[in-house]
Amino acid sequence: MHGLINRAIQTFVCQTYGNDLWYRVTEAAELGFTEFESMLIYEEDLTHKVLDALCTDLGRPQAEVLEDLGTYLVSNPTVEALRRLLRFGGVNYVEFLHSLDDLPDRARLAVDDLDIPRLELREQIAGQFSLTCGPGLPGFGWVMMGVLRTMADDYGALVFLEYSGKRDNDEVISITLIETAFSEGRSFELGARTG
Amino acid sequence: MSERFIKCTELADVLDLLCPMYVLLDETGHICRVGPTLQKLRADQPMKGQRFLELFELNRPKAVSSFAGLMKTSGAKLHLRFRDEPQTGLKGALVSFPGGNGAIVNLSFGISVMDAVRDYALNSADFSATDLTIELLYLVEAKSAAMEASRTLNLRLQGMMIAAEEQAYTDTLTGLKNRRALDHVLGRMVTSGKAFALMNLDLDYFKAVNDTMGHAAGDHVLQQAARIMVEETRGDDIVARVGGDEFVLIFGELTDRKNLQRIAGRLIELLQEPIRFGDQTCRISASAGTVIWCNEGEPKAADLLHEADLALYAAKRAGRACHKFYCSEMRVENQDNSTTQAPAVPVVASGGSVSDPDETAARATGT
Repeated sequence: MHGLINRAIQTFVCQTYGNDLWYRVTEAAELGFTEFESMLIYEEDLTHKVLDALCTDLGRPQAEVLEDLGTYLVSNPTVEALRRLLRFGGVNYVEFLHSLDDLPDRARLAVDDLDIPRLELREQIAGQFSLTCGPGLPGFGWVMMGVLRTMADDYGALVFLEYSGKRDNDEVISITLIETAFSEGRSFELGARTG
Repeated sequence: MSERFIKCTELADVLDLLCPMYVLLDETGHICRVGPTLQKLRADQPMKGQRFLELFELNRPKAVSSFAGLMKTSGAKLHLRFRDEPQTGLKGALVSFPGGNGAIVNLSFGISVMDAVRDYALNSADFSATDLTIELLYLVEAKSAAMEASRTLNLRLQGMMIAAEEQAYTDTLTGLKNRRALDHVLGRMVTSGKAFALMNLDLDYFKAVNDTMGHAAGDHVLQQAARIMVEETRGDDIVARVGGDEFVLIFGELTDRKNLQRIAGRLIELLQEPIRFGDQTCRISASAGTVIWCNEGEPKAADLLHEADLALYAAKRAGRACHKFYCSEMRVENQDNSTTQAPAVPVVASGGSVSDPDETAARATGT
């Protein structure tokens, strides 16, 4: 598993629940270390152990925790870069949704060994979409739920999201766009300097 | 005329969408229509009606100052910039209309795109759907973020490397134990209560080799000297390099003077043999001083190193290529020296070695 993903989980836990909980989790997961490096590759297994230990410690279902992770990734100022990169996808929420098909390729363009699952958006009827998340990262659909919900706020769109469950190895999310310009949303300038 | 004018506006409507940084020029070089993104760069200064060459300065090709000259560049790549501030650089190409009835110039930011997007607060609607600017900006940000993550990792790895080196027990040049390892081993031997001998050995004339034949030769000599010391000692004896040309040897449970004298003599003899380095020959020698500890009293590691230093110093004074055992008179002698010849022996409390008598004398007299 790519260090960027593990590191994302680590910063999410540390900033949301504090370092002590993170140390407990690394111990329970028997990592043997406490810091993931963003640019190294780790055994697949470690990520699952960390997530299991985290959910056990919090006493919350994995789906909820993963959705929180998705929200954190696109709303916390420390990971502002990620939110900006997603905003490059389009000028409004619908364009953003359509840009998700390119997300795995975009990710690879930035970090060539970062594999994220295939994403496929289908427009069922006007304003009604389904997003299929391919296999590779179990639970990725729940993370995307958090990302989609928060990016809707970011664009100022009003949406209704539902996790429709698994189909074969894919996870499917249904998205109902109620209003594109519901609120003002957060500002996004192409040329803003980050970091 | 009016028919052509209508065609022209229709064409311009298309261009607004396809290449929003164009200008249409009439036959006199005045701007008659401007793309919306280009106009955005001078929002409070309508470009329509202005002379193209009064607004823009041509950097390449050089020496084009008239509109007639500009028309001749048709099809070539142009480098230009605004005459007023901010003088954003632009790339472009001009294509003249048949019969010299004006021209169309299409412009883009080229490499200045990052600054331009920020300076003029451009957004994706300002670029045509086929323009790669957004992808370029995305890539720059994504790569900077990835680079930052790599940089963080590199810094951390560098820190870990320095820490690991500090904790290392090996002298990387010779493969011998280092000062840290020696302190550790000596401390352990002192508390173990077993007898041992501690020998300080300095290479003589090593500095001359280093100075005249270069560091590579010096390094080679140190490696050969280390090899000799390892070969002439037993497997569980300790050989450490504690300074440039300073070595410390510890012989566990060996307190026999004759035996130690023989080992020291053999070491000095072997170290005096010429050492080949390429087509050059390096000649060094060695002096050594030994202190024997037979489990009497409670010694401190620092005291033992100091006593071995005193013995080494006595050996150096007795002429080079000598070996001396420590005896308590050396302490008195040393004190005598320090009163008559102060500061005679710069002894470091932790057991740093004594330097050459010549050098010490030179330092004492301030030369």
